[in-house]
Amino acid sequence: MSGSATSATSESRVARAILITLALLFLTLFLALPLVTVFVEALQAGIGPFRDAISTPDALSAIKLTLLVAAISVPLNMVFGVTASWAITKFSFPGKSLLTTLIDLPFSVSPVVSGLIFVLLFGAQGLLGPWLADHDLKIIFAVPGIVLATVFITFPFVARELIPLMQEQGKDDEEAAISLGANGWQTFWHVTLPNIRWGLLYGVLLCNARAMGEFGAVSVVSGHIRGETNTLPLHVEILYNEYDYVGAFAVASLLAGLALVTLVAKTLLEWRFLDSGNLTRGAKH
Amino acid sequence: MIELANITKRFGNYPALHGIDLSIRPGEFIALLGPSGSGKTTLLRIIAGLEYQDSGEVRLDGEDVSSRKVAERGVGFVFQHYALFRHMTVANNVAFGLTVRRAKNRLAHRDIRARADELLRLVQLDGLGDRYPAQLSGGQRQRVALARALAVEPKLLLLDEPFGALDAQVRKDLRRALRDLHGQMGLTSVFVTHDQEEALELADRVVVMNQGRIEQIGTPDEIYTAPATPFVSHFVGETNLLPAALFGRGDGDLHVRPHEIAIVANDAPADGSTRAEVHVANRFRKGPQWRIEGRLAINGRLIEIDCEPGQAVPAPGETILIRPATARNFPA
Repeated sequence: MSGSATSATSESRVARAILITLALLFLTLFLALPLVTVFVEALQAGIGPFRDAISTPDALSAIKLTLLVAAISVPLNMVFGVTASWAITKFSFPGKSLLTTLIDLPFSVSPVVSGLIFVLLFGAQGLLGPWLADHDLKIIFAVPGIVLATVFITFPFVARELIPLMQEQGKDDEEAAISLGANGWQTFWHVTLPNIRWGLLYGVLLCNARAMGEFGAVSVVSGHIRGETNTLPLHVEILYNEYDYVGAFAVASLLAGLALVTLVAKTLLEWRFLDSGNLTRGAKH
Repeated sequence: MIELANITKRFGNYPALHGIDLSIRPGEFIALLGPSGSGKTTLLRIIAGLEYQDSGEVRLDGEDVSSRKVAERGVGFVFQHYALFRHMTVANNVAFGLTVRRAKNRLAHRDIRARADELLRLVQLDGLGDRYPAQLSGGQRQRVALARALAVEPKLLLLDEPFGALDAQVRKDLRRALRDLHGQMGLTSVFVTHDQEEALELADRVVVMNQGRIEQIGTPDEIYTAPATPFVSHFVGETNLLPAALFGRGDGDLHVRPHEIAIVANDAPADGSTRAEVHVANRFRKGPQWRIEGRLAINGRLIEIDCEPGQAVPAPGETILIRPATARNFPA
């Protein structure tokens, strides 16, 4: 310790400088540099090849499929997440801790295993395979399988965001509402939902980012049929394996851009969230 | 008229209430007083319908409402932490109970707003209707909560530790406001508190609870001057325990309040059986009089004594003689 005016908990100037430099170096090396590389590689042959690469029929179909998968799985998980969090935080019932653990399952299992679960269930050799074949239903190596795998993988985001928030808020507001004569729906719509809206939006953003970016589980169930069952991440891999670096990086930059937009939106939300969070916390303590 | 008959409630293996019987007359102001874990809040929530008893009956005006939901019982509930809807203005909070009514029972929008303003005036918050709860102080928030509960014109107002989260001065103002409202509006009110002063000051009758049972029901005066059990004697007001045998009054302990102990002059005629020796350890001013802390010579027990105004105050280190002027004992 050097400075005489520093308090017991603050580091000396040298230590602070070293720590900050280390952190910045690490961030640059492992986060900023790869991100920049993606855009640099994508644009190294100029804007023309970039535009061509993202407007091939296969790329367009991958974009469409990715958007479709996100458009189905995000709303589904929003509803599931809110329902599960509501049940876990507002009621007590047998099996509650089991449900809480199960919500984390998609995070703790490797995405490849998650994909395999669906293959084992719905694949041609799977449990339900013969029945599905009899009814001419195709799930594995088709869009339904991709949606299922994505829903499974992204299930925890909304619930994990909401459960701690709703636990902290407690049941008082809801009890106040029903004591004033509100029914269940009115209570949810006018009291619970406004209380959790920022947390919910945050969870949905993260869920969306993952839904569009998921590779492992989707790769297992997709079958990589060009123009049919390729999502953006899978398309990137195919292009890369075919030595089409510009194409691969161009499509990858789309995904990276999406991640950046999500990140910015999340940061904006956090400001807003913290702001209103401070206000509400002031009310509780 | 509210009647509770043999209410029992368990939370898992934990018995929260054992057979509570209580009847409350219209217009009464009742305090449920007890330490934490005594079951007072559970009892209040059962009356409200926010919790359901395992057995027993809750009757409102002679009608068993045990299976009715909270909204159908005509009660207003005020929470310790206000439970205001933070994203709604104060006026919308107050109006909430009126706006969620079914369309056919609902007032016109303008009438709802007028009613909210009227209620805000009643709790002395006129002009604050457009603020948000976060912009109000704790005391103001609790007034909003009160106005919101009153908006649905409850027959019965239930308050769960309504002053618990407030500081001393605000607490005092709000107590007075609540007492006035109770009188003005002809309400029947039940509030939960662990603060004996609050219970004695506000309530017409105090229900002292301990470990899921009612220890005593009585007016504040009865509770204070004639506690029915050792628990009440300890929990309401301060109590010294003096060995009864010392004063020739049987076995066990005498319960004596600090102001009920008389200090006897040292040169008074000695009559060993009616006085006890106390070694003074400390003295400090407590309101209008001095408080002496000492230890009983015979068993070293801590004794608190209030000196009468004008009396010589013993100094630490002195040994004094005391005699209980009034005392209660509770035969086992």
